[in-house]
Amino acid sequence: MSIRVEHLRKRFGSFQAVDDVSFEVESGSLVALLGPSGSGKSTILRILAGLESPDSGSVWFDGEEATHVHARSRAIGFVFQHYALFRHLTVAENVGFGLLVRNVDPKTRAERTEQLLELVGLGGLGGRYPSQLSGGQRQRVALARALAPEPRLLLLDEPFGAVDAKVREELRQWLRRLHDEVGVTSIFVTHDQDEAFSVSDRVLIINHGKLEQSGTPAEILDEPRTEFVARFVGDVNVFTAQMDKGIAKVGALQTPAQSGPSDGQVQLVVRSYDLKFFREDPGVATVERVVPLGDRVRVHATLDGAGSLVAQFPRRSSLLRGIEAGARIQVEVTYARTYPLESGRNSAP
Amino acid sequence: MKPVGFALLPGPGELWVRRGIVSYIGLLVLVPFSVLVFVAFQDGLGAFWERITSDVALSAVGLTLWTGLLVGVLNAFFGTLTAWVLFRYPLPLKPLVSAVVDLPLSIPTLVAGVMLSILYGPASLLGQKFSALGIDIIFAKPGIILALLLVTLPFVVRAVEPVLEEVDPAEEEAAVVLGASPWRAFRTVYFPAIYPAVISGSLRSLGRAMGEFGSIVIVAGNIPQETLTAPVYIFGEIESGHPATAASVGSLLLFIALALHGIARIAEKRVGGRHAQA
Repeated sequence: MSIRVEHLRKRFGSFQAVDDVSFEVESGSLVALLGPSGSGKSTILRILAGLESPDSGSVWFDGEEATHVHARSRAIGFVFQHYALFRHLTVAENVGFGLLVRNVDPKTRAERTEQLLELVGLGGLGGRYPSQLSGGQRQRVALARALAPEPRLLLLDEPFGAVDAKVREELRQWLRRLHDEVGVTSIFVTHDQDEAFSVSDRVLIINHGKLEQSGTPAEILDEPRTEFVARFVGDVNVFTAQMDKGIAKVGALQTPAQSGPSDGQVQLVVRSYDLKFFREDPGVATVERVVPLGDRVRVHATLDGAGSLVAQFPRRSSLLRGIEAGARIQVEVTYARTYPLESGRNSAP
Repeated sequence: MKPVGFALLPGPGELWVRRGIVSYIGLLVLVPFSVLVFVAFQDGLGAFWERITSDVALSAVGLTLWTGLLVGVLNAFFGTLTAWVLFRYPLPLKPLVSAVVDLPLSIPTLVAGVMLSILYGPASLLGQKFSALGIDIIFAKPGIILALLLVTLPFVVRAVEPVLEEVDPAEEEAAVVLGASPWRAFRTVYFPAIYPAVISGSLRSLGRAMGEFGSIVIVAGNIPQETLTAPVYIFGEIESGHPATAASVGSLLLFIALALHGIARIAEKRVGGRHAQA
């Protein structure tokens, strides 16, 4: 089902949770709503489900307005953050619930339930109660329950937030495969950029109730449109730089910069992995600390006249040769973006 | 009980505290309890049976039981509904409504009886209106039921309300998104959660109704075989110098109360034990 959302606004008391958000979602795609907590992404999802009603704006499903359709009649699957399984019903009864309320006959219901439990890898566990399952299993029951009535749209609110890191990674891959298999249009909310980028076709970045940018993961990573997006989707260095004919100057460092104004003061954003360090005396910076992080190494340095600078390198990278605390280094920026200064004021993550 | 580490094991002084408390509870509860049962049965089972099966005693116990059961059932329904309304709807003056629900706990029940007899008594306007319709409230069974409903009002409400608060509202939303009607959502999400609390609250009000004296003695009129309840009958037997009869009927009430308590426990376990956590 294709979705169109126009000028959605929602206020809770004095808090503007959703502020003039418009977007479209193509039928059959898997879309992530990514943003920090409290950014309004869950509220958008709840409005799509009919669990909240917007103060203004409209929601369209397949070209039909659904803004005022009751949640009960929207035929949407919703996976809640903490699963919200019916704790007094068995796993099978949970999965079959959506069919039961639609008066599907018991035989079809049992078959469909069994089929879905197989699909989510929980075949044979239908007789258990939710309390007897692990977090990851409950998550999959919640998904099976949402999918059972064959919804036109699947909404997932922080679907992997409550399971531990390892299970989360498995569930992500599994969700992507499941989506490709079932093909239902899906939107999920997350505050985890890895999750958003590794699973979805498109990512919508939400901040302070506003849509900052929407695009494919590659578009957002390579061309963050606002400083907020640039900061949010990567480990970044942000400097106030002086632009001079397309060259940004930060302390002792000079670098050409893509995008943004070409003169005056700007916000210069450099990803930690878009930097190269070379041991060189005098150089422009001093290495402070070298922190191994599993497959990567993070290097903290102080750039002369500009303050701290963080770079990341693969663990065995040749770029790390001679990089140790106290060493003087030359810095090369492989990719940098600039943004007007004002835009940075209120959008720190 | 949780085992306590060595450092927290009681010293000699604390052992004395422990013994003291055990004796205190024993003297306060167990001794009178035993004496009651002893006096009830000291003339043999036959004498006990005779005392509890006299026409007056039988009708008093019967009246107490059926009014108690009726009140228990009515409370199960209205109490649950009250708890739901308090939990669910943003009532104006909610704290006030909530305090009113608790009021019967703090009014001396004698005073509750006085209120009712003033309001519905034969001398009152309302009482005369009802009399004209052929309904006597005070000095009749409706008065007993009204008094019992009044004094037991909080029990189910206070048992159910905290349980409702514990239910994750997302479960109800999940039911609604899946297409459930409000009634279906309630039955699926809330009912299984509150069911044991409804039962235990209802049985508590039945237990309370069986022992209720203060309000009843004023509103019932205490006519033997008509509006004389078991507690008032027991009181009369003590007053007229028949402690053995009082002890016998008292023991009977005690056994019934214990049995109800047992049923409540089982009902709670059967529902609660199956899927306690999650």
